[in-house]
Amino acid sequence: MSKVDALHPWKEAPLGCVIEEAGNSRKFKTGDWRSKIRPVTDQEKCIKCGMCWIFCPEMAYNLRADGFYDWISEYCKGCGICAKECPKEAIQMIAEEE
Amino acid sequence: MASRKGMEVSIAVSEAVKLANVDVISAYPITPQTHIVEHLSELVADGELTAAFVPVESEHSALSAAVGAAAVGARAYTATASQGLALMHEIMFIASGLRLPMVMTVVNRALSTPINIWNDLSDIMAERDTGWIQLFAINGQEAVDLTLQAFKLAEDPRVLLPVAVNLDGFVLSHVIEPVEIPDQEMVDRFLPPYKPGIRLDPDNPVSMGAFGSPEVFTEIKKQIDEALIGSQKVAAEVWKDFGAIFGRTYKPVESYKTKGAETLLVTMGSISETAMSAVDLMREKGQKVGLIHIRLWRPFPFKEFFQAVKEAKVLAVVDRALVPGGAGGPVGLEVKAALFDKPGRPYVAEFIAGLGGRDLTVEIFMEMVTKANRYAQTQKELRYEMIGVREK
Amino acid sequence: MIAEDLKEFKKFTPKTLPQEEPLVYGHRACQGCGEVLALRMVAKAIGSPMIAVSATGCMEIISSPYPQTAWAVPWIHVAFENAAAVASGVEAGLKALMTKGRIPEKKISVVAFAGDGGTADIGFQALSGALERGHDFVYVCLDNEAYMNTGIQRSSSTPFGATTTTSPAGKLSPGQRTWKKNLPAIMAAHNIPYVATASPAYYLDLMNKAKKAALIKGPAFLHVYSPCPTGWRHGTDLAIEVSRLVVETNIFPLFEVIEGKYVVRKNTKVKPVEEYLKTQRRFSHLTPELIQTIQKRVDAEYERLLKMEASTQEAEKKEEAPKE
Repeated sequence: MSKVDALHPWKEAPLGCVIEEAGNSRKFKTGDWRSKIRPVTDQEKCIKCGMCWIFCPEMAYNLRADGFYDWISEYCKGCGICAKECPKEAIQMIAEEE
Repeated sequence: MASRKGMEVSIAVSEAVKLANVDVISAYPITPQTHIVEHLSELVADGELTAAFVPVESEHSALSAAVGAAAVGARAYTATASQGLALMHEIMFIASGLRLPMVMTVVNRALSTPINIWNDLSDIMAERDTGWIQLFAINGQEAVDLTLQAFKLAEDPRVLLPVAVNLDGFVLSHVIEPVEIPDQEMVDRFLPPYKPGIRLDPDNPVSMGAFGSPEVFTEIKKQIDEALIGSQKVAAEVWKDFGAIFGRTYKPVESYKTKGAETLLVTMGSISETAMSAVDLMREKGQKVGLIHIRLWRPFPFKEFFQAVKEAKVLAVVDRALVPGGAGGPVGLEVKAALFDKPGRPYVAEFIAGLGGRDLTVEIFMEMVTKANRYAQTQKELRYEMIGVREK
Repeated sequence: MIAEDLKEFKKFTPKTLPQEEPLVYGHRACQGCGEVLALRMVAKAIGSPMIAVSATGCMEIISSPYPQTAWAVPWIHVAFENAAAVASGVEAGLKALMTKGRIPEKKISVVAFAGDGGTADIGFQALSGALERGHDFVYVCLDNEAYMNTGIQRSSSTPFGATTTTSPAGKLSPGQRTWKKNLPAIMAAHNIPYVATASPAYYLDLMNKAKKAALIKGPAFLHVYSPCPTGWRHGTDLAIEVSRLVVETNIFPLFEVIEGKYVVRKNTKVKPVEEYLKTQRRFSHLTPELIQTIQKRVDAEYERLLKMEASTQEAEKKEEAPKE
């Protein structure tokens, strides 16, 4: 699939403004939106329940083979739902370093 | 062999839609379109046409459903008139903007208010700028032929625009005319099944109808403009193919007795045939009168139009819709714009006539020609004149 | 019949949740948006193959900023009030093409997504028509209780007493003056096979309902409560908490209407509405009297719901009772 940039000449614009590259919003790193606060998981407390994963509006957690969840920095907006909902209070929202 | 028989033009149009083997019909009834959709629903109910007939709850939904159907690659059809067309207005731009082919029969009827079920062109004229290809039929045969051609034109990969086929309400839709309904075999040769390019397909997901910023909007509109303009060339090819199979030829602008004519009537729709009778009478009296009627309204065939009128000295344009507070009627405006930069252009007399179903007789056409000639002689500065208004 | 359709249905459990993400990250929703989370859950539960139809609204805007799209499944947006009509056309088109053998015959879920505006107000007519015609599709109302995309204006789904930009609380006004329109009851009155309410805090319940809705032949309506931190003025981390409280206070009870029979999920302990109302600044102007009014009405509505459950379940029992 060819990448389409919004600033293309009119002859190269896709017909009807259709977007042919499904899911290409992944190119947009919403992690930049964070105001320097990020969640951090204490794996000692984590029971691998998956609440952080299912309750994330940004899908910013990835299930690992060992059952823990990797936090995806590129997309996390820092809302804090995961920290609030973790049943074991294993996730804390901490100040991020530059 | 194709059969030629007398039938109500609405029914003939439905038969054409059936021959086109449409997949989805979504329509809401409105006088005078009703016979078309009623007959189509009968054809579906009897299994003569395999299609999904969606009896939507409004015209806005009719066009929306047609858009949804076209988006998944189905051949979609709808029909409407007047208020129904006005209700579709929002979606008209979207249908063409999304580059989805579909065909709509517009059975021309006056727009309220006062509410009026009779024929004029105000309904389609209000949709002039929607990016749809717009064709006008002057008789029953044309209604059938244009309907078949419309699908082929809309679905051409160089076009991918919706097409509106216009026929006058009651005076054309409800009259019985001799019509040749083509064979399915001939139609299949002319119109193969729709092969969609981009469509909603889980195996190849796309997003249609995205949010377009100022950065991209202009380019998308430019594309539509170019596609609409370019569709005229494709229409010529479609008409050539049609002529080769069915033996009837079509042009964007048709001329009638224009050879040596000094004054030309300019008409659209079925009044053209009445006007032709007026031309015959005037010719018998020795008047150098002719007629041109515009079949392809959008895209406007500027070149062909100029070729057809350039020898004339006077044009009497008959508009069946009013642009109140403006420069006249929509056709007159287009004609004047087409001639603006042409040196030695004919004098244009613009008449608004036959609104809301008021009868247009042969005498009225003769009156318009007489007036046009008189105004041309005195070089009267006239934006437009409404014919037949009762002053007292 | 529903039983037939649901033969294949296997309930999701926390460990068997689908991994597919029909909605992808990079979308432009606000921090902590409850609506996009609800959308994500519904889409995951229904899964491919699906065709999504969106009405104009927050979800459409944040997911399709040209040239990017967050949709990994086929998606179309046409206008504000016609998601149900477009979905009708999609469904009819697919049916016709499959009947005529032009595309392979297979189950493709047609799912319409709209906000409360695009459902209860401007989209009401198209939805009613689509339900009456019996199209096989799922209609998901993502209810954030106002026209959020255009700037927090009221809708008929805005709860009584909530302040919005067109029903602002003021010296002469309590905020929204009318009670939230009862969408599930109206949809159930169309006699469609399946109606359900859901809240993202009860994610298993929500996802199971979405899956059922997609499996059931004919129209299904999901009313999904969707918190909006921006419009309701609560913390970005509170969407799930608020979604939980709204159920625990009986303000938004979770229930299904399955072929006319109501099945209501009951709280073991019911919390007072005040606990919910105090979490959002759109309610911060409410006086104790207004809160009492709300409490009374919530209780009355809940009682009415239980009565519906009792009478529809009794009706079913009568139908099933062996003839003497």
